[in-house]
Amino acid sequence: MQHERWLIEHGRLVSPADGLDRPGRLLLVDGRIAAIDPADGDLPPDVARVDASGCYVIPGLVDIGAELGEPGREEDETIETGTAAALAGGYTSLACAASTDPPIDTPAGVEFVRQKAARADGCRVYVIGCVSKGRQGDELAEIGGLVEAGAVALSDAPKPLHNTALLRRALEYCAMFDRPVLDMPEVPSLTRGGVMHEGLTQLVLALAPMPAEAEDLATSRDLRLLETTGGRLHLTSISTSGGVELVRRAKARHSPVTVGVHIANLCFCDQQMRTFDSSLKVNPPLRSPEHIEACLEAVADGTIDVIASGHQPRSLEKKMQELDAVPFGMTTLDTALAQAHTYLVRTGKLDFARLVQCMATGPARVLDLPAGRLAPQVPGDVVIFDPQARWTVTPQTMGSRSRNTPLLNQELVGRVRDVWVGGRRKKPLDDRTSPSGN
Amino acid sequence: MELEGRLRELAAAWRCRHLLDLESLEANELTTLLEAADLFAEHFRRRRGKLSLLAGRTVANLFFENSTRTRNSFSLAAKRLGADTIEFSSAGSSVAKGETFIDTAKTIEAMGVDAVVTRHSTPGTSHLLARHLQCSVLNAGDGPHEHPTQGLLDILTIRQQRGRIEGLTVALVGDIAHSRTARSNIWGLKKLGAHVIVCGPRTLVSPQWAELGVEVAYNLDEILPRCDVLNLLRIQFERQATRPFPSVREYALLYAMNADRIARSKPDILIMAPGPINRGVEITPDVADGPHSVILQQVSNGIAVRMAALWLLLHSTRADDWVT
Repeated sequence: MQHERWLIEHGRLVSPADGLDRPGRLLLVDGRIAAIDPADGDLPPDVARVDASGCYVIPGLVDIGAELGEPGREEDETIETGTAAALAGGYTSLACAASTDPPIDTPAGVEFVRQKAARADGCRVYVIGCVSKGRQGDELAEIGGLVEAGAVALSDAPKPLHNTALLRRALEYCAMFDRPVLDMPEVPSLTRGGVMHEGLTQLVLALAPMPAEAEDLATSRDLRLLETTGGRLHLTSISTSGGVELVRRAKARHSPVTVGVHIANLCFCDQQMRTFDSSLKVNPPLRSPEHIEACLEAVADGTIDVIASGHQPRSLEKKMQELDAVPFGMTTLDTALAQAHTYLVRTGKLDFARLVQCMATGPARVLDLPAGRLAPQVPGDVVIFDPQARWTVTPQTMGSRSRNTPLLNQELVGRVRDVWVGGRRKKPLDDRTSPSGN
Repeated sequence: MELEGRLRELAAAWRCRHLLDLESLEANELTTLLEAADLFAEHFRRRRGKLSLLAGRTVANLFFENSTRTRNSFSLAAKRLGADTIEFSSAGSSVAKGETFIDTAKTIEAMGVDAVVTRHSTPGTSHLLARHLQCSVLNAGDGPHEHPTQGLLDILTIRQQRGRIEGLTVALVGDIAHSRTARSNIWGLKKLGAHVIVCGPRTLVSPQWAELGVEVAYNLDEILPRCDVLNLLRIQFERQATRPFPSVREYALLYAMNADRIARSKPDILIMAPGPINRGVEITPDVADGPHSVILQQVSNGIAVRMAALWLLLHSTRADDWVT
């Protein structure tokens, strides 16, 4: 039976946007958060009580740019498996990338994803439309139609907008609809054929280089254009000390830019490429420790707004090729929060409240979604996270259809225990065989 | 017989299952390889016959990139040890039909081979195969990354000529960026105590090599008087995306080893080249064929080094002996 009224008690409520980081209880009624710390007299009679002792109670995570495979890349992921991975990882809202085949550059494409997502009945799925027709980077897609159909942002990522004139037009045009343009900053001519971050490790391994300045130059260009055009720009994935510094200076001048970093770029460094593990081939590439340091600092001081999953599932046959031929990508939705907790929070590099802000509140703000908060009347997207739980990542723990993660068979500390989407409790992954919802 | 006894002594302490790179080998392991190679070189110098040390073993040559010299050298090494060989190259194979290289290697392994000798244009390929196969893997070149037997044969040649490696100054000249020979030489030579200089145009020689304790130079004439050995690397035109220098003529002017430069070198300088050599680009014909050149000795040492590697990796049947 599906309860519609839940009282989550004995846990620690963490939502910095609402000034929460303390023990408390939370009441969910009819799909929304009804109250924080309700008095016993105010509880509905048939409320179901959930004991969150020893756990954090946080807003459901929000992701920008996860790839869900459909349409056209079902060998990597489907909307059903991708949203299952999301729930397992504590995400209650995803804005999925337009990098499908065909790309999502028409209202029909947006509609297709929305309907598939409704049928999958996992987490909430929002759609990012293409900036350019066919994601070719030459001319504008029908952005008005995409927005009308429900696109929450426009982006060709994970492909950079290399055509500067097009980016300029896109920023101007999207400003009319008050929707952000999402760009992955990279100058492709400097990274063509590249496999890993250019540096000492790359010099030794002799893999084709992806220099940091390829990202810095594009970041600098994007920020400069935004000054002229106005509108809203979100950089999906910065990973260099140079990029961080450029953004920091732009924000000091009140630029409306927002930026994200991929979880992989905070937790793994270029030296790990010594294993030649193809699941570590990602874009932006894993950088050297100085760059990671700079990014962590930028997360802490607010220069970086969003920690994104960078979820790019790739089927085994694609990742079993030689490194030159392997496509970029790491599957991350299942593990991002636990990984961040293990690698960043437990090591003292980042505090948990800031992590929640960057994985829930920040991305919700970029996309104007009613999510990422724990406050009365906001939708009941809530996660219970057990920071003590030790678990090992295996194919059975993963909702994603793909296994391209270096965390396979690794132990993580901290695990998502329960998830509510719109006030409805979602079945944990282990029970996936039983029908969910209704 | 005496040779076999000495080889078994050397093999007794050997603990590596694969030969993937020189970076991960210890100095004593390098020395073991060199000493075994010396024994084989000596054996054939005395025109003694084929051996049967690896009779019943099978070695597969699995080459995804063109090679004639290395491939024949490995084949001959295996045959001189009494092993059987299988030849496989990507042209006309199932790789052309879309099979992944790992599946291809597994298929070959399923035919019952004890070692796979592999070459591929992508760095790390032999490391990946080592992870997926049960048999021993020998790297015969993984893109610009490493070519361990080439590094060993270069070092063996120097050692035979000079009796030592420690204290010598060895310059690697040319396309360091795209050279697997350079990388294997750098690791091997440094571990054995040589001073290594990398020299070539700035576009092909990263200043970052200095962070690894290698001297970086752009002017050959400046370092020439200090060098005991020059190893002239081929310009890998096929691996370069944009041309790293204006013309071959200009490259030859700055870096080619010619009679004039020989005259300004130490009188006993050794001139080496991993081949194939571009006569007139990195070396002039009179130098290649002159008294300082040990290029042909390198080629014969190649067989001895590969015999040593195959012997050390395959002498034992007990898989528990392997550490990695």
